[in-house]
Amino acid sequence: MKSLKYVIPGLAFIVLAGFFYKGLFLNPRTVPSPLIGKPAPTFELEELRNPSESFVTADMHGQPAVMNVWATWCAGCRDEHEFLMRLGRSGTVPIYGLNYRDERPAALQWLSRLGDPYVKIAYDPDGMGSLDWGVYGAPETFLLDPDGTVVYKHLGPMTPRVWEQEFLPRISEMRVASR
Amino acid sequence: MIPELGHVALTIALCLALAQGFFGLAGPIFNKPGWSAVAKPVSVGHFVFVAIAYGVLTHAHIISDFSVAYVANHSNSELPLLYRVSGVWGGHEGSMLLWALMLAVWGGLLGVFTKRIPLQTSAKVLGVMGIVSVGFLLFMLATSNPFDRLIPSPMEGRDLNPLLQDPGLAIHPPMLYMGYVGFAVAFAFAIAAMIEGRLDKEWARWIRPWTAVAWAFLTIGIALGSWWAYYELGWGGWWFWDPVENASFMPWLAGTALLHSLAVTERRGLFKGWTLLLAVSAFSLSLLGTFLVRSGVLVSVHAFATDPGRGLFILAMLVFFIGGALALYAWRAPALAQKGGFAPLSRETFILANNMLFVVATLLILFGTLYPLFLDGLGLGKISVGPPYFNTVFIIPTLPLVFLMGIGMHTAWKKMDWQQLKGKLWPFFVGALVFAVIVPLVVYRQFSLMKFIGVFLGVWAMAVAFVEPVKYFLRKRTLRGYSRTMISMCLAHFGIGVFVIGVTMVSTYGVARDIGMKPGETVMVEDYSFTLQGTRQVEGPNYSAVQADVLVERDGETVIVLQPEKRTYRVQQNPMTEADIHPRLHRDIFVAMGEPLGQGAWSMRIQYKPYIRFIWLGAFIMAFGAFFGATDKRYRVRREDEATEPSPATPGGQGKLQEGTA
Repeated sequence: MKSLKYVIPGLAFIVLAGFFYKGLFLNPRTVPSPLIGKPAPTFELEELRNPSESFVTADMHGQPAVMNVWATWCAGCRDEHEFLMRLGRSGTVPIYGLNYRDERPAALQWLSRLGDPYVKIAYDPDGMGSLDWGVYGAPETFLLDPDGTVVYKHLGPMTPRVWEQEFLPRISEMRVASR
Repeated sequence: MIPELGHVALTIALCLALAQGFFGLAGPIFNKPGWSAVAKPVSVGHFVFVAIAYGVLTHAHIISDFSVAYVANHSNSELPLLYRVSGVWGGHEGSMLLWALMLAVWGGLLGVFTKRIPLQTSAKVLGVMGIVSVGFLLFMLATSNPFDRLIPSPMEGRDLNPLLQDPGLAIHPPMLYMGYVGFAVAFAFAIAAMIEGRLDKEWARWIRPWTAVAWAFLTIGIALGSWWAYYELGWGGWWFWDPVENASFMPWLAGTALLHSLAVTERRGLFKGWTLLLAVSAFSLSLLGTFLVRSGVLVSVHAFATDPGRGLFILAMLVFFIGGALALYAWRAPALAQKGGFAPLSRETFILANNMLFVVATLLILFGTLYPLFLDGLGLGKISVGPPYFNTVFIIPTLPLVFLMGIGMHTAWKKMDWQQLKGKLWPFFVGALVFAVIVPLVVYRQFSLMKFIGVFLGVWAMAVAFVEPVKYFLRKRTLRGYSRTMISMCLAHFGIGVFVIGVTMVSTYGVARDIGMKPGETVMVEDYSFTLQGTRQVEGPNYSAVQADVLVERDGETVIVLQPEKRTYRVQQNPMTEADIHPRLHRDIFVAMGEPLGQGAWSMRIQYKPYIRFIWLGAFIMAFGAFFGATDKRYRVRREDEATEPSPATPGGQGKLQEGTA
């Protein structure tokens, strides 16, 4: 039994290798969100820009909406920001933000520097609100229908291609359905 | 035709690596000295052929041969020559070739510089190096051949990622890989010792300079990467806890622990189990980093290739090398372990604490990096932890580490007299405390716990670093005869102090402001005023840019006109922020352009970064120390007093010098 401690590193590695093996067949970019087709989880968080105001999930109901999870420490968020600005200007759908594990001053600076495409932003410094949404990291973008059901989730920076292929068709469908 | 030669050279290199592995290991095992002796020339030949393959790929880049798919994907005829050469490692296949080249360099060096080591051992070491190389060359030839043709060949290449078109990044990967791969040498020595079932102080002396040099390269590589991220990514941070950064940092932590553990094994013949485990771990973490970066299991800004086929291959290699080494460890290490006595207050205890803390830090970072993978594998969804986690947990082991370092380096082997130690160090302790209270309060007029702790630790580490060499110098009026290993330790520990000061100052007193500026407008940040004088269009070789003139003044005197740019690269059409920096040792002024706000106005990011240079300066001092230590003559000269134990410090003996202990 004395030599047991010499076996531990090997055993730990076997466990690790098992996870690696499994991880290879999980595409990190397509997250099979268990939320899809279900009502969006509810949260009640402070508005980033106006702490006295609150932002609840129901604020996004009533029309197709996009909720973008971002943070200032996230490199991908920077990449997608320019496109989000364009989307925001186009006015196709309202874009909501969820500021994830960030600091308010840093986030506000970011917005003043890069522009602010968001209708409302939830401030979630400890990630508790994001937890229910299964937020894995940032950036992440959710598509909600007018009833507040999660229709699609994209992991990683939003790009024109993802927008055209995954988001736009679904949004048009919602518009047709609600007519 | 020439690219095919590269492919052939790579295949020959694979055959030579196989031969090196076979003869190197079979020679000693079947007791055929002739076979063992073959391993050395073969290792040099192996290097030559990998170098030919590498040269061929570089040639294809220089002449812009776009019929080679890799060149077409990562180069462009407008690309400046420097970036054509550095573009060789700008993508997956090429950086794997660089990896293989570095491994071959280390193997070839081992083949040439191991004359003093018994053939039995050196052949095994080369054999293990050969087998590692077989793995990587097979991987390249099977899944990522850099010489694949693209028929018909395109007229123009897709250009190198603009982020990588930068002199800092041109030298960062070679340095990093040199260090990464250099730990393969320690790994090979560890495997050889476990096969042999023999591990003595001499073994530790062989491996120490190799490990120190690899560690120094890795330190420089990481520092350059951080420096590059700072000025090139455009937002002034210097460390992002990105999985790829962590992949290089974990081997560094394990390697640091290994260097310390080796000191104990060399001087006292203890910690053999630890040393073996750390030698295996440092290289295993390098392999793991390669896997994480190459397989796409984790999403990262740096990741080039995400391909499960490649991932599976690297995973198989990982299991073979790491799993094999750890199995060997479980089997052979118990027999090698040796009990030896040392008092609770002794250098051994401090190095043990150092090892524990480094291992804890490594595990915390490993855990954070792999956390999303674990949760996902368990079907719990993906949650990543991000910098908030790393910044918090990394501090926990490092604060005591830096403090104990200052004491530990002044302790003696076996047993230390506490009174004497206290007598030697208390003035520095008090001095650092006073300094850490006064500077934040008086100079900066801002005080907080983290500022105090950071400044205290940094000053403490710097202050005590050179106590011994200074005493020696005062006594003898010369540093001649003083152990180089000792000086190297002092330098490296001093570098830690410099680094800690840099990190503390930048994270607690740094100022970053984001402001919209119209031409002619002036803003104040700290003591400096910034005036946007105007913007203009400029054309680079393969990009066009908007350049701003920002006049920086202090007390009415011009400091400099900074010219940040917003570039658009013609081929890839990526906008790139090119910050302009006015560096001084005690502060950087950093100006970057954000977005145009219309009517000639721009959003600007202006930052004042006190002492940020200390971060990289500290790292370079550490690396310099390690290089210097590797030149210690006892690594070259056979010593007569091998068998004799270094005498324990005589209490009251003026803090008798403990030579050769970094």
